[in-house]
Amino acid sequence: MTNTTKPVAIREFPVEEFPETHYLNATKGLKSWMLTLDHKRIGLMYLASVIFFFFVGGLLALALRLELWEPAQNFMDAETYNRVFTLHGAVMIFLFIIPSIPAALGNIFLPVMLGAKDVAFPRLNLASFYIYLGGAMFTLYSMAHGGIDTGWTFYTPYSTNSGSAVISMTFGVFIMGFSSILTGVNFITTVHKMRAPGQTWGKLPLFVWSLYATGVIQVLATPVLAITLLLLIMERTLGIGIFDPALGGDPVLFQHFFWFYSHPAVYIMIVPGFGIISELISTFSRKVIFGYWAVALSSLAIAFIGFLVWGHHMFTSGQSELSTVVFSFLTFFVGLPTGIKIMNWVATMYRGSIWLATPMLYAIEFLFLFTIGGLTGIMLGALSVDIHLHDTYYVVAHFHYVMMGGTVFAFLGGLHYWWPKFTGKMYNETLAKIASVILFIGFNMTFLPQFVMGSQGMPRRYFGYLEQFQTLHQYSTVGSWILGVGFLLVAYYLIVSLVKGAKAPSNPWGGRSLEWMTSSPMPAHNFEHVPVVIHGPYDHHQPIAEFRMGIDAPHHDTTHA
Amino acid sequence: MSHTDSMSANAHVQHHFVDSEQQFDSAKLGMWLFLVTEVLFFGGLFVAYIVYRAWNPELFTLAATQLDTVMGGINTLVLIGSSLTMALAIRYAQLNDAKKSFWMLGATIAAALVFMVIKYFEYTHKFHLGIFPGEAYTFTGIDHPKAHIFFSIYYMMTGLHGIHVLIGIGLIGWLMVKTKRGAFSAEYYTPVEITGLYWHLVDLIWIFLFPLLYLID
Ligand SMILES: [Cu+2]
Repeated sequence: MTNTTKPVAIREFPVEEFPETHYLNATKGLKSWMLTLDHKRIGLMYLASVIFFFFVGGLLALALRLELWEPAQNFMDAETYNRVFTLHGAVMIFLFIIPSIPAALGNIFLPVMLGAKDVAFPRLNLASFYIYLGGAMFTLYSMAHGGIDTGWTFYTPYSTNSGSAVISMTFGVFIMGFSSILTGVNFITTVHKMRAPGQTWGKLPLFVWSLYATGVIQVLATPVLAITLLLLIMERTLGIGIFDPALGGDPVLFQHFFWFYSHPAVYIMIVPGFGIISELISTFSRKVIFGYWAVALSSLAIAFIGFLVWGHHMFTSGQSELSTVVFSFLTFFVGLPTGIKIMNWVATMYRGSIWLATPMLYAIEFLFLFTIGGLTGIMLGALSVDIHLHDTYYVVAHFHYVMMGGTVFAFLGGLHYWWPKFTGKMYNETLAKIASVILFIGFNMTFLPQFVMGSQGMPRRYFGYLEQFQTLHQYSTVGSWILGVGFLLVAYYLIVSLVKGAKAPSNPWGGRSLEWMTSSPMPAHNFEHVPVVIHGPYDHHQPIAEFRMGIDAPHHDTTHA
Repeated sequence: MSHTDSMSANAHVQHHFVDSEQQFDSAKLGMWLFLVTEVLFFGGLFVAYIVYRAWNPELFTLAATQLDTVMGGINTLVLIGSSLTMALAIRYAQLNDAKKSFWMLGATIAAALVFMVIKYFEYTHKFHLGIFPGEAYTFTGIDHPKAHIFFSIYYMMTGLHGIHVLIGIGLIGWLMVKTKRGAFSAEYYTPVEITGLYWHLVDLIWIFLFPLLYLID
């Protein structure tokens, strides 16, 4: 190195309010979007796609709930019902919830929070979006060609001989796996190599930590799903006999393979949500997050312990007694880092000056719903209890409390929190709060009765049911309508906001992480300078000017193609 | 990177990186992470192999006799040799010797093609005997009810590995075109380096496959 170091002056860079040009209008035309390498635009395209698929999956759910209004057939036959619940699960999981927070919100904000111009591999980022769309096309194709009735878990041997479009569906999921892997590789590399000067690991926003842990899971787990689905496809096309008992194979091996991915995958779905909640609770309590390292490292702990618990899905599949005991113990164990997070969030709020804006409302609702979801998960991890509750509505309720009450509420919280930043528009706060409360009520009305039904023995995935469950099912169905109304209201005021919302200031919530230290919407390259990080992302007691420090951007001799 | 570099020496640095070093480190880390996913991808197959071998140890010793150890052995040597030529291609790129780098890439492709040709003869010989994957299996020479499963695993593992070899051939061919055009130098040889990483992994997977499938006694 023969560098002669020039002294660099660190100074404050005031934020330009209401900029004329920003990433949304820096370049124009359809092509500038389709071929964009800008992480923010790619994130927006992901966001539009996942919201669309959430809408599709939501309609399927409403149809299911309506069919369950009566114990016997209502308006669809049993075969259609099987296809609709499979599609609801597959669309919600593979097309909505897995990419929802990391690929949409994470894509938009990870580089900004690191003070970087982009993710490490912008081309791979765009490729991952199109791979995702390609996989989604296969899913839609299988929907049109008879659908698939195996449930989203594709258990063998039924999936090896069911007459439905299993191959195109699993191939679609196989393809989307690559998209998820590319996102994970991109994010891990970006966090390692693209942090702003001064931004040590101890100064990373917790959302970044959570995306990092998610990336680790994506990289380690998704390839196993890929090979599992490939083997399943080969089983159907060539009859390779690895999973099909008729050919000498072992269907339980499929369950092991599948859950080795799919248990960690539930952490791909929820850990980014944890990250959002950390941001919201600190910002709206005006306090340093309580136990920064505990919250940050518990994400990593979840990522690693999460790989050791897959057998808890197979307590009734004929696993050896020893493994069920070990898996049960480890399942209790993975609850610890999650509990650590909840405790730290509550401790952060303690004696904070809490501002109950819409995002914070979602965060508090999340705390309630996720705690219920998490604790019922501990119940399911207990061996004797699980034998009774396995494959009942109790599991359905638990899963929805974690995934919808957890991830979707965190997603909504994040969407409202960052909406002013990436759209440059404010939304109607009153309507947003009303919608949030409606969703909270509708959610509990839909899923609380399902715990009761499940503990009384109502099996999941059943088309018909005993008359004694009808009242609870009807509560649940009415709840689903309330949820539908809530989401329509959210859609309404967000569209109004886009069309004629008031212009958003650069830092409407008084946040301290880097995304609030640039304009709303951000410039095409996020910052016009190189940000320099001095304080932690939650140091609300430090003067805000010290969060806007930076050095002049070096003159770049390359044009960005 | 020295400060006296002319502007053109940094022309390969994409706009979102601060300097060439950050770009190189990122590319390398990204490739290593991708290789981790590859290991887990094949890892699933290795688990299937371990499970079935633990259940049917006698099947594996019986069925392995149908695999040609000589052809497999030659292929192992060929791939190890190709890893050497790939490493040399990187070295020559670092030394600014584009011509030698080009020829070493060519030698790597040649070895990969030899590997695929030998694989082709192995496969066709088995097809001839009726050793097909899955339900098409008609061979009667192995007295074991699950003989077809061994060959399903064999075809899945070697087949996926073969696809990786083909992808490698494509990537190295692309490197040859770029090398010919003078795209690489001591300042910038990232694609050669990370393709090399990929190629070594493909080689390494075969080094595990060969004894596990061919050399069972
Ligand atoms: Cu699980």
